[in-house]
Amino acid sequence: MKAFTMKRFASVLVLGTALMTGCEAPPPESVQRGYRGTGMEALYNPDTLQELVNANQVPAAIPAVSSEGPKAGDIYQNVEVLGHLSVGEFTRLMAAITQWVSPDQGCNYCHVAGEGFEADTLYTKKVARVMIAMTQNANENWGAHVGGAGVTCYTCHRGNNVPEQVWTIGVPPRRAENMGHMMQNVAHQESSVYTSLPIDPFTPYLLEDGVARAQGDTALPQGHEASIQSTEHIYSLMMHYSDALGVNCTHCHNSRAFGSWEESNSERVQAWHGQQMVKEMNNAYINPTNDWLPAHRQGPLGDAQKVNCATCHQGAYQPLLGANMLADYPNLGALAPEPEAAPAAMEETPAPMEMETSSLDQGVMGGEAN
Amino acid sequence: MREYQNIFTQVQVAAPDYPGVPIGDEEYNRTSGIIHNHWLGKLGDAQIGPIYLGTLGVFALIAGALAFFIIGMNMFASVNWDPVQFVRQLFWLALEPPPPEYGLTIPPLNDGGWWLIVGALLTLSIMLWWARTFRISRNLGMSNYLAWAFGAAILLYLVLGFIRPILMGSWAEAVPFGVFPHLDWTAAFSLRYGNLFYNPFHMLSIAFLYGSAVLFAMHGATILATSRYGADREIDQITDRGTAAERGALFWRWCMGFNASMESIHRWGWWFAVLTVLTGAIGILLTGTVVENWYLWGMKHGIVPAYPPIEATPVIDPMIGGAQ
Repeated sequence: MKAFTMKRFASVLVLGTALMTGCEAPPPESVQRGYRGTGMEALYNPDTLQELVNANQVPAAIPAVSSEGPKAGDIYQNVEVLGHLSVGEFTRLMAAITQWVSPDQGCNYCHVAGEGFEADTLYTKKVARVMIAMTQNANENWGAHVGGAGVTCYTCHRGNNVPEQVWTIGVPPRRAENMGHMMQNVAHQESSVYTSLPIDPFTPYLLEDGVARAQGDTALPQGHEASIQSTEHIYSLMMHYSDALGVNCTHCHNSRAFGSWEESNSERVQAWHGQQMVKEMNNAYINPTNDWLPAHRQGPLGDAQKVNCATCHQGAYQPLLGANMLADYPNLGALAPEPEAAPAAMEETPAPMEMETSSLDQGVMGGEAN
Repeated sequence: MREYQNIFTQVQVAAPDYPGVPIGDEEYNRTSGIIHNHWLGKLGDAQIGPIYLGTLGVFALIAGALAFFIIGMNMFASVNWDPVQFVRQLFWLALEPPPPEYGLTIPPLNDGGWWLIVGALLTLSIMLWWARTFRISRNLGMSNYLAWAFGAAILLYLVLGFIRPILMGSWAEAVPFGVFPHLDWTAAFSLRYGNLFYNPFHMLSIAFLYGSAVLFAMHGATILATSRYGADREIDQITDRGTAAERGALFWRWCMGFNASMESIHRWGWWFAVLTVLTGAIGILLTGTVVENWYLWGMKHGIVPAYPPIEATPVIDPMIGGAQ
């Protein structure tokens, strides 16, 4: 009897230990990123690290060519955003873009065989022009977010016609007639990272002028307004940040005071600039293309497929793990000089759209000063 | 010798039907049926019934069932009456309070109106059940510790769903009905008001909650450990030497110097349990109404340790200085 009990006890002990330690093997590696004891750590699973590295390899660069010689804008017709490149550079970039964006369809993805290269027949060519300007603008004006590594077409496209991770304005799930819906509490939604949080955190903060600030910055109430619902929107957006970058909250925040900037890592400032950058991309570059997009490039509400953090980051804390592709393609580093910049989208400083319908309460949407 | 022990007892107490003490005029409130169940006898008393339902009980059950039904139907409607999706998404689904723009006004049924109705029904149900605990205690000649303990929990419920939303001027501050959504609410509530861990009443509530668990474990273990001396008959033993009661008391005296008495240990347990929800209710009530940000409040009052800066150059809010 006693031996039996001992055996049973031992097996329960072994099983319990296996259950508790077997949840995630091998144990994650942690890197301290903040003051000791604050739990500000980066966690990596050594098992999946190699996968991440493999998924973020940069394709070999096409050999560089001279920037001397006649300009593309003088030789070819209808070159708007790359006219200041030498013919050599221009051709090289076209070849690279084909490799990055339409490796299977080749040149014919944007150009119709038999027509001149100057023809704007295909919507894909017009989109490509806007996307090139968007990339140049990000590199020239958003150093606060893209840093030295910058972005190229490949950062997002990775050999796909459309980057794998894009978003469109969310629609409520199928529900009974007359049933209200608060755009949350839906299972298995990638946009809410599978939580029951709001399923479209992008529209308020990456398209409209939502200010993602839930906490007041005074100890006692002094008029700061933010509802629990808007806090849940911000929470959902932050889950997206975290998921898109493959990091946890403490990549940016000290979790004891999420709102406090003094306690945050500088990555948080970088992320804030990223939010502003993405908002500009979506409003000034992507939305105007919607006029000529075919339906299969639009969301259910007929809006263009837009950018969020995952579009570039794709699970890495820095896209392509910080590889500097821009060094190989410096032509994407800045917008075309003034006289060349023709499309309306690029003439004015892009102002984020005013949206009349907001899913959030005015307290958060309005110009809350802090 | 066989011992009587609840849970996996070797001995079943098989007794004739016992209706309980007579309660005079209110006798009609009790059901007449009595059954005996062997398996429940392993966990507690094998006799099931009679149940003292009463008018209060009947209406409490009706109101509670209605609330439960309406929540379920709202969830069912939000998946377009699809039974597969209803089951698949059940933990995600919710009946949400009205959006903030309604303030304290009455919203349309499909935009929070059902939430208000369910809240009213559930409150009615709980209050009737509370009155029922009072009445049954009185009929048994008991005092009202049970009713007041339950009342403390009800206070927390009312603060969360009724009193605080009214003070804040918005139903949207209240908790949704739903499994994951009410947890989202909890997390968002703490995030919105600057980290509830710095709320002293939240601290107290946690201390009492964990304390309740520890006390319960200590008391339960003490009684079980002395049941071989008849600890389950504690009232016979309380004044005598060498009894289970005295051994239990001596254990704690020898272990940590102090021991509760057979009576006071229940007072300890009762107060810890009651204070868990009372301090919790105070903590929730103060949040947003008189304190905006608990972390900053804690800074102001010296309960937050300061850490050296993380980065060489201080991180500052990019929106300071007119940035968009």
